[in-house]
Amino acid sequence: MSNVYHIIVCAGIVPDPLQTLEPLTTPAGPALKNESMLPAVLDPWAGHALYEASHLAAHAAGSKVWLVNAAPKAKLQQVMMNVAQKASFELVPVDTPANGFSDAHAVAGVLAAAIQSIAGLDRSRLLLFGGWESASRGAGVTMQLVGEQLGIVDQFQGVDQITIQADGSFEVLERVEGGRHMASVCQGPPALLGWATGNLPEPRNNPQIGMANMRSVMPALQKAKTAALPQDMVRYLSVTPPTQQRQTRIVKDRPSDEIAAELLEWIVED
Amino acid sequence: MSAAATSASNSVERQQMSVDIVGIGFGPAMGGFLTTLSRNLLKQDGTPRFESAAAPGLPLQVICYERADGLAFGVSGAVTRARGIRASFPDVDLAQIPMAIPVGNEKLMYLLDPIGASRRSLGFRVADRIIRMLASAARRYDHAVELPFTPPFMQKSDGMIFSLGQFNQWVSEQVTSSGLIQLWPGMPASEPLTEGNAVKGIRLADQGVRLDGAPGEGFMPGMDVHAALTVVADGPVGAVGRQLDSRFGLPENHHQREWALGMKVVVELREDSGLETGTVLHTLGFPEPEIFGFLYVHPDRLASVGIFIPSWMRSPVRTAYRYLQHFMLHPYLWKHLQGGTLKSWGAKSLQESGRHGEPLLAGDGYARIGEGSGSTNVLAGSGVDEAWTTGVQLAEAVIELLEQKKPFTRENLEQAYVRRRRQSWVEAESRIAADSRNGFQYGVLPGMIGMAIAGLTRGRISLPDKSRPPCACTLSLEDVYGSRVPASELQEMQEDCALRGASLHDRIMDRCGWPDIPFDGRLLISHQDALLMGGSVQAPPGYSNHVIFVRPQLCESCEPKLCVEMCSGQAITRGEGGVPSFDREKCVYCGACLWNCRAGADREHGNVQFRAGAGGLHSAQN
Repeated sequence: MSNVYHIIVCAGIVPDPLQTLEPLTTPAGPALKNESMLPAVLDPWAGHALYEASHLAAHAAGSKVWLVNAAPKAKLQQVMMNVAQKASFELVPVDTPANGFSDAHAVAGVLAAAIQSIAGLDRSRLLLFGGWESASRGAGVTMQLVGEQLGIVDQFQGVDQITIQADGSFEVLERVEGGRHMASVCQGPPALLGWATGNLPEPRNNPQIGMANMRSVMPALQKAKTAALPQDMVRYLSVTPPTQQRQTRIVKDRPSDEIAAELLEWIVED
Repeated sequence: MSAAATSASNSVERQQMSVDIVGIGFGPAMGGFLTTLSRNLLKQDGTPRFESAAAPGLPLQVICYERADGLAFGVSGAVTRARGIRASFPDVDLAQIPMAIPVGNEKLMYLLDPIGASRRSLGFRVADRIIRMLASAARRYDHAVELPFTPPFMQKSDGMIFSLGQFNQWVSEQVTSSGLIQLWPGMPASEPLTEGNAVKGIRLADQGVRLDGAPGEGFMPGMDVHAALTVVADGPVGAVGRQLDSRFGLPENHHQREWALGMKVVVELREDSGLETGTVLHTLGFPEPEIFGFLYVHPDRLASVGIFIPSWMRSPVRTAYRYLQHFMLHPYLWKHLQGGTLKSWGAKSLQESGRHGEPLLAGDGYARIGEGSGSTNVLAGSGVDEAWTTGVQLAEAVIELLEQKKPFTRENLEQAYVRRRRQSWVEAESRIAADSRNGFQYGVLPGMIGMAIAGLTRGRISLPDKSRPPCACTLSLEDVYGSRVPASELQEMQEDCALRGASLHDRIMDRCGWPDIPFDGRLLISHQDALLMGGSVQAPPGYSNHVIFVRPQLCESCEPKLCVEMCSGQAITRGEGGVPSFDREKCVYCGACLWNCRAGADREHGNVQFRAGAGGLHSAQN
């Protein structure tokens, strides 16, 4: 079997954390204060998944990458201005009010439906990528649920590396306890890989990739299907921001031992 | 860029791309241009109105590159009469834009010095004494008086308060939703492509290079983007615009010598701050007589608070950040700001030569719009609306030329674009404003009197122009502080700071009685914390340094080093041997180093080159 892949990357978007994000309660449920004002970015886990997909496709001739992105359309359009310069893909946008407080089952349903609607998708070549903690506040369930709804049983989470073997199988490194990886070998597609950070740096902005992508991205955005998310699937009793402290100083030529000792003291105090 | 790097850059094979129109810099001017253009690219039946010459069979190919990594990066006051903006959106309630609100209560305030550390001339001291005597009977006295009226030329009472970042973001959404125009942030343009006297497009910045510009790991030469028309809107310190000025020169008797550094914070006010939404305060008198300030109240208890440090301020002690903190702590403002939280921070150079700084507006294959084209009205202190309008004017001209199938030659652009501009309110008002600030070359009070005369006589009377390059105006430490601090002590401070690699302004200000800033961790924070809490300073890897000290030997003996004192992000520090050191990961792209250099052999230009680079401060609320 030739190593030609149909790689689908599932993604959401998140506000660019330019400032401390403040949760608040609205009639529609929890939200982030001023979220509409903040620029959005592809959620970081999904971003890594996209770069890995692009890298894999570039080394497997004939392969193709789809980016299935569930987010409010106006924000998605803004995100594409950055992402589309970095990797080649075909966008499958879903215009939906998904955010960090959306129910993972509902988001997974929207993503699975969008994937099933992709014309020409060859399931025997399907690698389903996504961020292992995307769209679920770190719970790590959304991609698993997408895979289950699509009937994909070979699932890997916390993936940092995929290595294609000569026989078409591939080795996957998954994060496990203790900062170690578990190595598994999968016979071949279809499979689901929920990515951690991977090993690839963020690709440089490439204007030619951007130009080529945008010829399909803008028409796709204009034809984006809308999908409502049920509001009653999850109820939040309370939402609080993480505590954080910041003390910044400029210190020059200070021995690292002294810096470490001060950090330790600070942590103990906290 | 080193000689080797320059050689490599010139000899490398580059990707080529052809479009019809390429724009550089996304701000209000480009917003006006693309908004107007995008509405005219389709026929009523939805088919393209103009066919691309660069890609036959396709619609007109329009693409715009922006250095910053997002389109909500702008820094501005910004209070504007919004005449041009409203004309572009006649059916839109502009208050729907986040942080936008119509101007409500507008005041001009004179702030006295409650500390006694400010450098006040005799005239100011007399005025202060009289005001204090009169005010001593008043029950509430906050070391400030409201001037009886705001001069008509300064008034913005029919205007809007914007966050420029939010405004730019909103405009970009309108523009890109058409699907007809591509906006690419995070992509700096390093230079114009020229053939003879014609501009043929732009060269994007090289990636994968070392800090000195030499090819490094993953070297990706910047693409050459060829276009029939290059629209230059990269602002007053933009690399493409400045290289055009260098290549083609400025029109006779024009100069770009008047600058200011604007620095602002966005504050979330406490609930009982006492400030009404829509309030606009203009201030003068404090923290130094030369420093003007502002406070604008947005919806949702947000306020923009900031100051301007003008190039004609002759003191070498000119740190905007510390002055901004003292400004906020003035009793008249602090009673409102106390208990607030800093949400955003930013700084920007303003080209304040106005009409005198206007470059060649059009040439073969290119046109200039926005602040870099000298559109700012220096009398009204207004730039956003003027910049927007010049973009609209160029778009109307481009559509006219496309309809007539005329090429973008200098003659055609002058006829279609420059003529429109000359006949507009932007030009009429810039002529009134042209010489209004001449008086500031003589001092603060003559400057204010000169502005009033020019404004009230509609520019017919003004003081003579004695402008000099900013670096030639700056006095020595002894000239400015000699009456307060013995020369020997000043010398000692200077030597000690040089030895320790520290900047001088804090030492001088402390010595002259400016109190320590009572950091509260929320609004009053250290300069470095402002970089972290006021947004996000982006410095993507793989780009070269964009601030270059061209002839380092000239920097060695330069004292005091204004590039260090004035650096908004503390990105420029004292380096070994007296040559400043630049840290691009702290640079907020304010461009102050460009006009605060005193070391250049040619004083008109200084020893600092401000080149193309990616990133900078990113905050959506400025």
